[in-house]
Amino acid sequence: MQNIMKKEFTISLFTEHHIGILNQVTIIFTRRQINIESIAASASAVKGIHKLTIVVNTTEDMIDKVQRQLEKLIDVLKVFVHTNDKIIYQEIALYKVRTTELMTSNEIESIVRSSNARFLEITPEYVVIEKTGHKQDTTDLLNKLDPYGVLQFVRSGRIAITKQTKELMAYLKEMDEVNNYSK
Amino acid sequence: MHKWLLQQIRVLSEKYNYLIHQLITTIQKPDNMAKTRKKEKITGAKALLYSLMEEEVETIFGYPGGAIMPIYNELYDIEEEKLNHILTRHEQGAAHAAQAYAMVTGKTGVCFATSGPGATNLITGIANAFLDSVPVVFITAQVNSTLIGSDAFQEVDILGISMPVTKWNYQIKQAEKIPEIISKAFYIAGSGRPGPVVIDITKDAQMQTLAFNYQKCTSLRSYNPNIPLNPANIESAAILINHARKPLILAGHGVLLSRAEKELMAFVEKTGIPVASTLLGLSAFPAKHPLYAGLLGMHGNYGPNIKTNEADLLIAIGMRFDDRVTGDLKRYATNANIIHIEIDRSELNKNVEVDIEINGDAKEALKALFDQVNASSYPEWLSEFKSCNKTENAKVIKQECYPSRGKIKMGEIVNLISEKTQGEAIIITDVGQHQMATARYYKFKNPNSLITSGGLGTMGFGLPAAIGAKVGKPDVPVIAFIGDGGFQMTIQELGTIFQYKLPVKIIILNNNFLGMVRQWQDMFFDKRYASTELVNPDFVKIAEGFDISAKRVIERETLEISIDEMLSCEKSFLLEIMVEKEGNIFPMIEPGSSVSEIKLC
Repeated sequence: MQNIMKKEFTISLFTEHHIGILNQVTIIFTRRQINIESIAASASAVKGIHKLTIVVNTTEDMIDKVQRQLEKLIDVLKVFVHTNDKIIYQEIALYKVRTTELMTSNEIESIVRSSNARFLEITPEYVVIEKTGHKQDTTDLLNKLDPYGVLQFVRSGRIAITKQTKELMAYLKEMDEVNNYSK
Repeated sequence: MHKWLLQQIRVLSEKYNYLIHQLITTIQKPDNMAKTRKKEKITGAKALLYSLMEEEVETIFGYPGGAIMPIYNELYDIEEEKLNHILTRHEQGAAHAAQAYAMVTGKTGVCFATSGPGATNLITGIANAFLDSVPVVFITAQVNSTLIGSDAFQEVDILGISMPVTKWNYQIKQAEKIPEIISKAFYIAGSGRPGPVVIDITKDAQMQTLAFNYQKCTSLRSYNPNIPLNPANIESAAILINHARKPLILAGHGVLLSRAEKELMAFVEKTGIPVASTLLGLSAFPAKHPLYAGLLGMHGNYGPNIKTNEADLLIAIGMRFDDRVTGDLKRYATNANIIHIEIDRSELNKNVEVDIEINGDAKEALKALFDQVNASSYPEWLSEFKSCNKTENAKVIKQECYPSRGKIKMGEIVNLISEKTQGEAIIITDVGQHQMATARYYKFKNPNSLITSGGLGTMGFGLPAAIGAKVGKPDVPVIAFIGDGGFQMTIQELGTIFQYKLPVKIIILNNNFLGMVRQWQDMFFDKRYASTELVNPDFVKIAEGFDISAKRVIERETLEISIDEMLSCEKSFLLEIMVEKEGNIFPMIEPGSSVSEIKLC
């Protein structure tokens, strides 16, 4: 029953850039026994504030509790939870294939063309192909390349931009006002 | 004549030289140097102690070791009246003592431990403070920053280990960070929902020097503990309260933490709503008040548990619907709207779905509600509680507190102590049957007069907690109820009581069993008493070794006299009372049962 209710959520977490923050965040998921599907850490548009993008599969009820527990962490500034229709998101994947495979048939080239992927590097021994897109797109390309022998495959964590019009800065300003109110 | 003149000139010049020398040494005297001290550089260790003094810390509980030696070395120079250090016999003891000190004084507790085993020995104490939301700043030492990560002698990753059980933690590797981080630590530990903070300081940071400058932390951009109340929620809560026919207040530790006892009293006396208490909420509302309904939860009173499922409105204040309070969640508060006043937003709707969330400080919320609620009374509803009390009295309390035959019962001891101290003592408990008996039968009068381990249920908490409470409140009698099992978990703290001549009263309720586990074996495991029977040493003799007066009571006839002797003794006293071996604590909500299925026997 609970499995049926599970959905994919993308969590955007804005934090102070401190050592150990990732550990603090993942502890909450571990305690709740939630698997992290993907995770990406980077700078945000606001100087000094770090952004984590985490993808999980869980229930709506659980994600509310997790969001509140994440926000409770001292060094976390703000947590947003989105369903996929509320965000623009992307992943990047890299594939390494033997150059001889490319030479002996036209197939690889046409696969790369039709998948909107591109060659990142070509050497006498191997080629590296890059593809950005949703998980399904990068998986499709992997399946297509598979018969030709993929030496290496790697996919990044999801990164996402929200469609909401209220940006982090507005929230930070609000929080500042509350802080000043309490003084 | 010529020679004489030369002589005089020589004498004079020598005198002059002497005067100049005197002048120079006077200038160099430390008294005159004091004014320039602030600009002088001090060690990180001293800066830590100065920071604590800036935070008005008076007492530290701790235990020295290799990595923390620079801090203790500086402590040696600071007078006891300014910064008092209590050396416990184990770091766990220091942690519990610091927590109890914080609970009785309302200040933030402070605890020191060295790196490695010193730090890991704190963990139970840190977790205990975390689950019961008590502000304690733990200072752990760490190996030199150059050695971190290399498995150096006595190195552990205490930040990693303590992360799940602290409100915040931080490692200081440069001395100049110390004042800033300590002020942050105190701000975080004491504000919002309080909790423990661990600050790990490397040995080289303790020894480096810095120019000391302290500024109290008053806000952080990523942390906002002072949440303004939402007026709309207060208004709708007031409407629910004014229309309720069977309302019940559930008072938790949050009432005590926000010092809202007076506001609770005012609110209760205006609205006439009965007050039930969680274990940690005990002493927030006087037990003898006519509107006091009793203790909630697994071994709580009959009335407040049964009536939880009959009430049409629950007003939960600073409590978190722990499973020991709610029983089966699916069958909890089935007829009630719920108003939840809680400072920690993550507790709202965590276990129980509530109708109105009031995210904020209990004191502020009660003040705001007071103006909007009507004066009222619920005589019929109260009489239902009274009849529940009658039932519980007849089926449980009479036999437990006033037996005339058989072995001594835990309830009668607690009841006697309650009457003799008129509810004025600070009561400490360990964990287990005696804890439940104490919570049930002591009639608490003053706020923060029960110090017990609630959320974590830490056996061994009692004795060190008694030390912390006595140091914090030397003028109030401190009485610790401890089981024979838990006593032996931190028995070494008798040494601390001995060294500091702390007049703590210890009552061991001895049934030669790990009583609560045995009760569960009795009820749910076919009386298969696996590893719960204890063969105990002679506690009286042990106490004597620590110069603590002690007595053993076996017969009911000598019970009262011995209690009087203990209470009138001005020094520490240990009273071992042999109680019924296989007594069970009732009422009880069995695990998985609903609050309305509470059993009286």
